[in-house]
Amino acid sequence: MAVAMPKPSAAILSRRAAIVDALKAIVPGEGVVDGITGMRPFETDGLTAYRQLPLVVVLPETVGQVAAVLRYCHQQDIPVVPRGSGTSLSGGALPLEDGVLLVMSRFNRVLDIDFDNRCAVVQPGVTNLGITRAVEHRGFYYAPDPSSQIACSIGGNVAENSGGVHCLKYGLTANNVLGVEFVTIEGEVVRLGGKHLDGDGGYDLLGLMTGSEGLLGVVTEVTVRILQKPETARAVLIGFPSSEEAGACVAEIIGKGIIPGGMEMMDRPAIHAAEAFVHAGYPLDVEALLIVELDGPGAEVDHLLAAVEAIGNANGAVTCRVSQSEEERAAFWAGRKAAFPAVGRISPDYYCMDGTIPRKELPRVLAGMKALSERYGLGVANVFHAGDGNLHPLILYDANKGDELHRAEAFGNDILRLCVEVGGVLTGEHGVGVEKRDLMPEMFSEDDLKHQQRVKCAFDAKHLLNPGKVFPQLHRCAELGRMHVHKGQVAFPELPRF
Amino acid sequence: MTPQTTPAHPDALRPQTIDDVREVVAAAVAAEEPLAVEGTGTKLGLGRPVQAARTLSLAQLCGVTLYEPEELVLSARAGTPLAEIEALVDGHGQRLEFEPIDYGPLHGLEAGQGTLGGALACNLSGPRRLKQGAARDHVLGITAVSGRAEVFRSGGRVVKNVTGYDLSKGLAGSFGTLAVMTDITIKVLPKCEAETTLVLRGLDDAAAAGAMAAAMGSSAEVSGAAHLPMRVAARIAEGALGREAATLLRLEGFGPSVAARSAHLGAALQGVAPLERYQGAASAALWRDVRDVRPFVDGTDKPVWRVSLAPTQGHELVMQLRMQAAIDAFYDWQGGLVWLRMEAGEAEADLVRATLARLGGGHATLVRASAAVRAATSVFQPQPGPLAGLTQRLKVQFDPKGVLNPGRMG
Repeated sequence: MAVAMPKPSAAILSRRAAIVDALKAIVPGEGVVDGITGMRPFETDGLTAYRQLPLVVVLPETVGQVAAVLRYCHQQDIPVVPRGSGTSLSGGALPLEDGVLLVMSRFNRVLDIDFDNRCAVVQPGVTNLGITRAVEHRGFYYAPDPSSQIACSIGGNVAENSGGVHCLKYGLTANNVLGVEFVTIEGEVVRLGGKHLDGDGGYDLLGLMTGSEGLLGVVTEVTVRILQKPETARAVLIGFPSSEEAGACVAEIIGKGIIPGGMEMMDRPAIHAAEAFVHAGYPLDVEALLIVELDGPGAEVDHLLAAVEAIGNANGAVTCRVSQSEEERAAFWAGRKAAFPAVGRISPDYYCMDGTIPRKELPRVLAGMKALSERYGLGVANVFHAGDGNLHPLILYDANKGDELHRAEAFGNDILRLCVEVGGVLTGEHGVGVEKRDLMPEMFSEDDLKHQQRVKCAFDAKHLLNPGKVFPQLHRCAELGRMHVHKGQVAFPELPRF
Repeated sequence: MTPQTTPAHPDALRPQTIDDVREVVAAAVAAEEPLAVEGTGTKLGLGRPVQAARTLSLAQLCGVTLYEPEELVLSARAGTPLAEIEALVDGHGQRLEFEPIDYGPLHGLEAGQGTLGGALACNLSGPRRLKQGAARDHVLGITAVSGRAEVFRSGGRVVKNVTGYDLSKGLAGSFGTLAVMTDITIKVLPKCEAETTLVLRGLDDAAAAGAMAAAMGSSAEVSGAAHLPMRVAARIAEGALGREAATLLRLEGFGPSVAARSAHLGAALQGVAPLERYQGAASAALWRDVRDVRPFVDGTDKPVWRVSLAPTQGHELVMQLRMQAAIDAFYDWQGGLVWLRMEAGEAEADLVRATLARLGGGHATLVRASAAVRAATSVFQPQPGPLAGLTQRLKVQFDPKGVLNPGRMG
């Protein structure tokens, strides 16, 4: 796939040896990787269609090293791309030819577990699941659960504001992070929030940092909220003859005041692919399948399961099965969680989209997708976080066949345009990165994007942190700073006064 | 003191459209004359007094523009009264989950006069903050006019959205100093079918902190944890609790669930202290008064602090302050929110903040004091150098001429 990245600076490339030496003086030992073989594993992230070797890879071990590297790069005008575990699905950690790739994986320690204050303080390279592992002996867990949770780092989760199956009930990363320490591009260490609520009492910089895709600062410590695990969880599998009926069922569940721990939908191609792969016991004669998981005290789960079953039946369900054991609940989820690799078995390549729509627009969007599928001559399988309207269409293509890759990209872009058209957004949890960067004007006006970039200018006026991501066009901060209001030319409106 | 209606600004500019808001800001920018930005003016006692040539009131930019209960989403103009929105969603069995505090009574004003824009601009929250978040966690999108007199949008109307920077969060709690919000889209959630509050009686502050930590660390899904020391307890819900110290633990949800959790939590707290239970409306009355700082609604302007810190440090802060100043105090958020009234009338900002810093930090905001005291005190928590630098640069990016509520957040 082709995506225009900022033109590499010939001056930086020509100074590479000196830059590597300077970085080795800051991070000793194995912490600087400059050989092609050593750098090869870092040339891409979870969006493998894009590849680029960085100028050099740096793996710092201390906050002091991070600060020194950033200070040096700021002085020398060298771009820096931060990277956690490299699981981004939008190319957020795609390296730059003239940029330092700052890999945070050695920041892998759990610093403090404070059960009384229900929080954990960890370094950014700790994996999402690693936090839960560190606190589960007391029955606690960390709620946001992106499907890459076994590998993805909490620092990356902060950068992407990651979601997951359970965010309908428990919120996104932004709702579960209490504080961060980060280093600015100028090498200053800043702490936001901590074990207390509401950050620092001033502007919500923590809210701005979360989801900023590595463009504002490099996170070196994270304080997260941990929760006691629900007493019990059970899932129900409900099959429908059409996606309209499944959609109506979802709307009624929410309308009745039930917020399930998770509510997922799969369409026929996704159901068949998953069943063939993991034999989850899914019905194969339905057009849409819902997995609804209810968690909480046993009494609540029993009460709500009965309610959800009744709603399913009232909306034309043809199958309805409640998990009778933990093994069965896990089996229900196994198919959904394996949906991506399952689709990978039936198609040489697939391209995963991530738009979000108002739930009620699901039938319209699925119909639109079907028409697009015919127009582009490519199949599509759908898995869908039904509770919060987050779609994951998987476009099936073969990169070795003619222009299929090109068609898949065009198909994907049309799906996202459709999402925006019905009141939705380009990305629900995967981030903009490089992948959806050039689609941003579909959703935002020039002034909208300029105001987002002004946040960037407050943090990184030289545009050195992760350039080429998120924003389709990088305006120089000096240009953004100009005011366009002319004295005396503004008509003063006649406004009611009292 | 009789409650006052909203302070009226005879000369306030009251635009009715976004375009008019933009023109007012443009005129202020052109003339380099600051604007005091407000909704209905119920929270002018929060923050430092603003010196401005004109007042921009959003009170007439109002009305709910979209409400889809089945989608759990509502959009309204910034000046829409919160009471109107709460009544509307209540009619559909829904509520604003962030349980916004009403500062009116604390400031000697009538209750229920605030706007949606004000709630977000001050990032209001309530006892449910510790489980379900503040206003910033429930905003989905905004339209606003920055101090550059440019209209911009951020976010959208769907819950799950990471497209571009979340400027809605940036504006939450910015007290109108970055941009004037004109339209706000929020998430609404179903009301709970049942509510029970378990009340432990007679615990001292330290023992209450232990009991609240145990309850919050259980799987009971406690949605409110407050401690009212002796005498303070008498000042809520018209004395329903009597004088004895009361530690409140709220459970909300479906009937069978609340019943089961109430039984479990009660059993877990067996022997800690005598236990009472308040159901439904009686429970709600307790939490409304905790939320609105009713124990300090006294018709005076004695300084009141709102201190956010690690929950287990709340009672330590109070104990240490008591040794040096006459204070009255109670706790919300498991002890992580301390409300302090300074009985001698001095704000004692340095003492409060130095003590807080020794206990691991957090932030202390002076939420009530006379205008003279607020003008002379750092109302908001002073920030260390690098953070102050970022704050200042963000302000300059959004409001280069400093026309929007200058000085309010000092």
